[in-house]
Amino acid sequence: MSTRRLAQRQPESFTFSPDNLAWAQGQIGKFPEGRQASAVIPLLWRAQEQEGWLSRPAIEEVAKMLDMPFIRALEVATFYFMFKLSPVGSVAHIELCGTTPCMLCGSEALVEVAKRKINTKPFELSPDGKFSWEEVECLGACSNAPMIQIGSDYFEDLTPESFEALLEALARGEQPTPGPQNGRFASEPLGGLTSLTEGEKKHAANASVELASGAAEAPRAISGGAPGFEKRG
Amino acid sequence: MLQDSDRIFRNLYGQYDRSLAGAKARGLWDGTADLIKRGHDAIVDEIKDSGLRGRGGAGFPTGLKWSFMPKEVKDRPHYLVVNADESEPGTCKDREIMRHDPHTLIEGCLVSSFAMRANACYIYIRGEYIREREALQVAIDECYDAGLLGKNAAGSGWDFDLYLTHGAGAYICGEETALIESLEGKKGMPRLKPPFPAGVGLYGCPTTVNNVESIAVAPTILRRGSDWFKSFGRENNAGTKIFAISGHVERPCVVEEAMSISLRELIDRHCGGVRGGWDNLKAVIPGGSSVPCLPKSTCDETILDFDYLREQRSGLGTAAVIVMDQSTDMVKAIWRLAKFYKHESCGQCTPCREGTGWMMRVLERMVTGDAEIEEIDHLLDVTKQVEGHTICALGDAAAWPIQGLIRHFRDEIEDRIKVRKTGRVSAVAAE
Repeated sequence: MSTRRLAQRQPESFTFSPDNLAWAQGQIGKFPEGRQASAVIPLLWRAQEQEGWLSRPAIEEVAKMLDMPFIRALEVATFYFMFKLSPVGSVAHIELCGTTPCMLCGSEALVEVAKRKINTKPFELSPDGKFSWEEVECLGACSNAPMIQIGSDYFEDLTPESFEALLEALARGEQPTPGPQNGRFASEPLGGLTSLTEGEKKHAANASVELASGAAEAPRAISGGAPGFEKRG
Repeated sequence: MLQDSDRIFRNLYGQYDRSLAGAKARGLWDGTADLIKRGHDAIVDEIKDSGLRGRGGAGFPTGLKWSFMPKEVKDRPHYLVVNADESEPGTCKDREIMRHDPHTLIEGCLVSSFAMRANACYIYIRGEYIREREALQVAIDECYDAGLLGKNAAGSGWDFDLYLTHGAGAYICGEETALIESLEGKKGMPRLKPPFPAGVGLYGCPTTVNNVESIAVAPTILRRGSDWFKSFGRENNAGTKIFAISGHVERPCVVEEAMSISLRELIDRHCGGVRGGWDNLKAVIPGGSSVPCLPKSTCDETILDFDYLREQRSGLGTAAVIVMDQSTDMVKAIWRLAKFYKHESCGQCTPCREGTGWMMRVLERMVTGDAEIEEIDHLLDVTKQVEGHTICALGDAAAWPIQGLIRHFRDEIEDRIKVRKTGRVSAVAAE
């Protein structure tokens, strides 16, 4: 358990963009009548995608849309760790996986890079305000350890050198390609398949990387999907 | 060795055609309507007969679980909920299914929902898997467009809607009742059982919660028959299984293999061996962070299935094999897991909320040797007081890795404490 509180400085208001509002109605439509509270996590997440972090007015707005008491929505916002309750780096908030499988493969060295290049403390902004970082728990890409998440994307099979290069590329305004950073396609053994060897190779990148390259936004801004995504809400 | 023709997931790495057309070319969505025409009970019986045990960690027989659902739909609809909240440290198998071979799962949702008389299914995917969610949604949309989902799904006469929704970073939501709470828009705090979800689940309706892999293998089992599935693995440990190997191996990977494969064969064949050779192995966590570790001495003979690992006082869990070589600081490796459980405890039950933090702090001192020898037994005692005294299994999961550490690596902890006290390095610590 961790104690998570709302930021002291809060914006005046929050409004969903028209696109996001339409999208939100689709989400609510996934659930039976009277069960619209089920959409609270997707809606809060979309609010965070829009603003970069989750403010009190945003939580209030989502609670109102779903006909929930504010306290119920606040409970959800503070319970789930992906909700960032205060502003993060404007270019990238680095979520470094530090749980044992990544630790065994060198995540501590990545933390050192983050401390040196961004800020000695997690959640604090870099001097230029562009970056922040935190150590998160297992992100479920353990065969591609060590790895980090930025926005929607996983950057896997990192070394301190490739991580540092990644940060520098982001600082220059580039959009580095996510996925394995050591030449792997996905989670197959590096250097040669030991199974599933026959078939016509069809794709230039794995599904996650392909979807990332279809998204036009900068890495931090979370796109919410590839073209044609979520036709059925 | 498992042949590619016997692999259920033929596009696990996503290099081949990921579209619906590609999935059909690999034999998926073939005669789905005929599978459904066999009837609700025939499907449940076939899965029961196949010996499939749940792939999410507990290994409960899947067909039996399905049979707990009411035999007729009364005033409340039935639901299938797919647990795609893959968060157990070491585990990264469902991710590959959802982003690279999603049609195995979608077809599985249809046939298993039909078997349990559910017209709607929710897939709850962990919040961090954003691209995976997008990939799966693309596949779901394809299926709607092709008439495989929706009214008269796949021409079967069964109306079926499949919805994808997500969490936002909470390991506890992998526990089935916490997942249901989360799906209802609340904090993910586990419910007391009974009532079990098959009686009172999502929105108070009969619900079955299954892991992604359990559902995704169902159509292939039905098509190829339970005898085919049973031909892999030892008795009571049937089938093929996706293993995720991480840590100190030459080439970590995710791979589908036959159940009951030996640990050494798995690592040597698919991962290029342990880093520095087999004799450089120190310990293995065979089933994700919740199961106790095995020392090298037992690893030589280890086979990977539910019953064998249970006999070793460990478990197959999610078949997430975390390999640690001689360079590993075992106390620190397990301390980091303790930190994980402390972070992820939902705080509902006092033994877990307080115990996970207490255990983490003691282990933190043991990492540096800044502890007393007597505290090792004290720590063991506390793990026993957390274990079995909480609503859900997170308390157990936090206790077991520490018990495994003390069982197999007590000398390493003791030695570190002695070194700290005397300033001398003994033979064990100098290794």
